[in-house]
Amino acid sequence: MKPAPFEHHAPLTVEQAVSVLSEVGHEGKVLAGGQSLIPILNMRLASPAHLVDINRVAGLDSVEVTPEAVRVGALVRHAGLERSEEAFAALPLLRQALVNVAHPAIRNRGTTVGSIAHADAAGEMPAILALTDGVVEVAGPSGSREIEWPDFFLGALETSLAAEELAVAVRFGRFPVGTGTAFTEAARRHGDYAMAGVGVAVTVTDGVVSAARASFVSVTDVPSVLDLGPALGGVEPGTAAWDEAVEDAAEAVREHVDPEGDIHASADYRRMLVTELTRRVLPQAADRAGATA
Amino acid sequence: MTTQMFGAPIRRKEDPRLLTGGGRYLDDLGHDALAAAFVRSPHAHARIVDIDASDAVDVEGVVGIYVHEDLPGRVGEPLPLLIPHPTLTHGRTGYALAKDEVNHVGEPIVMVVASDRYVAEDACQRIRVTYEQLPVVVGIEAARAGELLVHDDVPDNVAAHMLQEVGDVEAAMAAAPRTLTLDLDIERSACMPMEGKGVYARWDRDRGELRMYSSTQTSTGVRAAVAAKLDLPLAKVECIAPDVGGGFGVKIVHPWPEEVLVPWAAIRLGRPVKWAEDRREHFISAAHERGQLQQVTVGFDDEGHLLALDVKLWHDNGAYTPYGIIVPIITSTQLLGPYKPGTYRCEFWSLYTNTVLVTPYRGAGRPQGCFAMERTMDAIADELGLDRAEVRSRNFILPTEMPWDHGLLFQDGRPLKYDSGDFPASLAKLKSLVGWDDFADYRRQAEAEGRKVGLGIGCYVEGTGVGPYEGGHIQIETSGRVNVSTGLTSQGQGHETVFAQIVAQELGVRMEDVFVTTGDTRKMAYAVGTFASRAAVMSGSAIALAARNVRAKALRIAADALEVSPDDLEIVEGTVRVKGAPATSMSLGTVSVLSNPLRYAFDEAAQAATQFAGTFDPDKPPVADDEEPGLEGKDFYSPTQATFANGMHAAIVETDPVTAEIKILRYCVIHDCGTMINPMIVEGQVHGGVAQGVGGALYERMAYDESGQLLNASFMDFLMPYASEVPTIEADHLETPSPLNPLGIKGAGEAGCIPVSAVIASAIEDAEGFPITRMPISPYDLWELRRRHADGEIPSLHRTSSTTRTSGTSSKEPTA
Repeated sequence: MKPAPFEHHAPLTVEQAVSVLSEVGHEGKVLAGGQSLIPILNMRLASPAHLVDINRVAGLDSVEVTPEAVRVGALVRHAGLERSEEAFAALPLLRQALVNVAHPAIRNRGTTVGSIAHADAAGEMPAILALTDGVVEVAGPSGSREIEWPDFFLGALETSLAAEELAVAVRFGRFPVGTGTAFTEAARRHGDYAMAGVGVAVTVTDGVVSAARASFVSVTDVPSVLDLGPALGGVEPGTAAWDEAVEDAAEAVREHVDPEGDIHASADYRRMLVTELTRRVLPQAADRAGATA
Repeated sequence: MTTQMFGAPIRRKEDPRLLTGGGRYLDDLGHDALAAAFVRSPHAHARIVDIDASDAVDVEGVVGIYVHEDLPGRVGEPLPLLIPHPTLTHGRTGYALAKDEVNHVGEPIVMVVASDRYVAEDACQRIRVTYEQLPVVVGIEAARAGELLVHDDVPDNVAAHMLQEVGDVEAAMAAAPRTLTLDLDIERSACMPMEGKGVYARWDRDRGELRMYSSTQTSTGVRAAVAAKLDLPLAKVECIAPDVGGGFGVKIVHPWPEEVLVPWAAIRLGRPVKWAEDRREHFISAAHERGQLQQVTVGFDDEGHLLALDVKLWHDNGAYTPYGIIVPIITSTQLLGPYKPGTYRCEFWSLYTNTVLVTPYRGAGRPQGCFAMERTMDAIADELGLDRAEVRSRNFILPTEMPWDHGLLFQDGRPLKYDSGDFPASLAKLKSLVGWDDFADYRRQAEAEGRKVGLGIGCYVEGTGVGPYEGGHIQIETSGRVNVSTGLTSQGQGHETVFAQIVAQELGVRMEDVFVTTGDTRKMAYAVGTFASRAAVMSGSAIALAARNVRAKALRIAADALEVSPDDLEIVEGTVRVKGAPATSMSLGTVSVLSNPLRYAFDEAAQAATQFAGTFDPDKPPVADDEEPGLEGKDFYSPTQATFANGMHAAIVETDPVTAEIKILRYCVIHDCGTMINPMIVEGQVHGGVAQGVGGALYERMAYDESGQLLNASFMDFLMPYASEVPTIEADHLETPSPLNPLGIKGAGEAGCIPVSAVIASAIEDAEGFPITRMPISPYDLWELRRRHADGEIPSLHRTSSTTRTSGTSSKEPTA
């Protein structure tokens, strides 16, 4: 449980970081919070020859709220974003999801951008990036670019980030007025990777649902968004029709997800679970939509 | 008078040190030592064809690379079989480094010693071992089938086959008005101490002396085993257990391969060597426990009285049997719990599998036995439509029937004879604590809210404090400091506190003047170890006896000096004084000065003991013929048999009607370990035990695949409960003293974990309305059981509705 030898790089600027990454190419790995990377190194599941430690890079540690988005720098720890009142006011979904990310000790160190770049389908924040129609801001040797979330996540633990590129921030999109969000997940133990999780955003206009979407944790191989408009659109929350619509939405989720079984739960169980979680979480989001409308 | 110390819930003396980073564990020692790391088998069963270390020898910092062929003499022979037994006809142990064949993933094959652990692991990665894979036996069913063999020379994979019978079970069963058969299954778990194993050894070449430290539960055992393996005089080997971060059983096994290899390498290299086990190593190359298949056939009458109990156990002992068959022996004897079985037969087969070895884990076979017995009690109650607590009480051994001899041999080879216990009183307390008789109302209310709840119960008896013996040594310095030593080791139990309480009480000294040392063979060479809930009973009793000796000696010396009779003296807060005339007194420190006649004074106090101080009778020798110098006392405690503690637990659980998630709403414990030295520490032990029991009931399993790979060998996938998963534990005590020892105490270390799987199964079964026969159980497992129940594959309980379970006979319930 000791890592193989590696060279540690500690750039002070984004430019230096990108330059080192360009030099070392596929032999390099970015170290931010290290909450996934360090265990992988210790178990020698990966042995990168170079670690590019970005913790000393200036200018990556801020949370900025704009009318369109909440922008989170690459060194913002989960705990920092979770506790940001400004971010919570602009996008309550962030805190709703972040309290489910492992335990406080891990959130104190782990970064939100890092968990997105890690692209684990069992991670909460990739799903939240998808649900908010988010964007990843990337710095590379030939300048900056932005990657929309559907183009960012390619597969399990696989993104479109090139070896010489650094994700410097992500932007979580804000929802229109009248939107309520909610997130829930079920794990074997408090703070474990979820067996299944679901986040939803429900927009209510003039008393009826005008938009609704969901994204998922641990039941799809890459983050994906399911449009629940067909099931919930035009329905007034709290009515008998709403209950039926929620059933339809849950059914749509059941068909949409594609979980895999493991030692903790079968695929069928996870499918049942995410369906039930959807039933439970939609009324919460609708209530909150009503409260903000 | 001296404050009452024995029985006081005082805070642990060791905690300020341990909780502020002052503990010194194995890996905190030996920063100058070389580090060992191991190449371990990636295969569950294979022949070793070739080992090629040529790429590793050049790694900078590598000092030595060793395979089995390098091990001389007894170092290369099989590790000892620690506890032989006549029925263990096919005992097998591994080698310190595998010879020719490996029998489980994780078995050590090559040892690398290098400048540090990083380098040692780098070198390990470069060593290529060629294997010829052999067929793999995983799981009890495969082992029992006997088609494939773990060891070629062990037919049917049977290490041991044992049968004990009391009475004529066949006849009683045939005559029984009713019979039931239950097939039960308990999966593997493991001790998982926070600190893994570890060894650190230094060789003093000039003196030919080995000092080793081990994170062990028996430093005397390790010392003897290592001296024998390395062919060293015992006098030239010291073994010290430093602070040990938990043991729970796994560290009583010895010598582990590393405990032989690390000292051997230290001698060979003439340099200190250290190995600290990492978590993955602990998962795959330490030990597990629990795994059993069980079949219980029970005969009983229409009132639920047991007439015949016929039990078959198939016990998975893993690849080797270094600790003998203690675990299944305990299961087969302690299964009986607080009950009279009528007639009893237990037959078990201890089976080899290509998995890591199985040795005692807190509870040591009892959780399995309790599970079998308590599932049976619930099944009888269901069959007869009786209250589950009532069926239990009808079969209790009563206080008037103590001592109760079951007619079986226990794990120490001595009769299974209960010394004391008041089971009806324990049950009455438990029913009152959990609100047993009000539960039907609670359930009705919950069901009206769409919730599923269930109530479960489990009772056990635990043989604690097994022999052969422990010792205590007490020495009072001239400063009044009281040094206490016992040979068994500490892994966080609070020995520094409870042993000091005993000494403070017996001697009449202040707690803060008492200093306890454990597990250091330099201080106490004769000891057995810390296991089987025995430290308080064995060392506690020995220390009490030693304290009484010291007290008598102190009174003799003081009486002489004060010119009074010893009978007129008392010791209060470290001062010997005349009863009723406390001004006539001397401190124990002064008594200590007088106890050791001196030629040389080293300080003012010592001057009083020198030869010209003029206080001595010139006609007597300075040290009387029947005395020794020094205010010291030593004694040993060696009981004829174990003392039997007991407990009863009840839990209320809620199961989610859709997702089958399981929540423990209440967890209640009645615990009887005789007289308590420190109720706060007892309660802490109970809490820790219940927490481990909850792990075994709801979370922990060893997920081996068919090829013998452990799929969850990390804390990410092996789910130990967090604080968030452990319920609030409501505990109450009964104190039925043991007549067997001077303090009336019984062991408490393992108690908490024993009935938890039985209790939770009972409660889930009660909530769900169909039998629970396999533990642990996860939400997914329960969801699957519901599906199978709905499909008719699993029968319903007999009760017609979940709310009509309290029987009309409960008025016969015993009272305390």
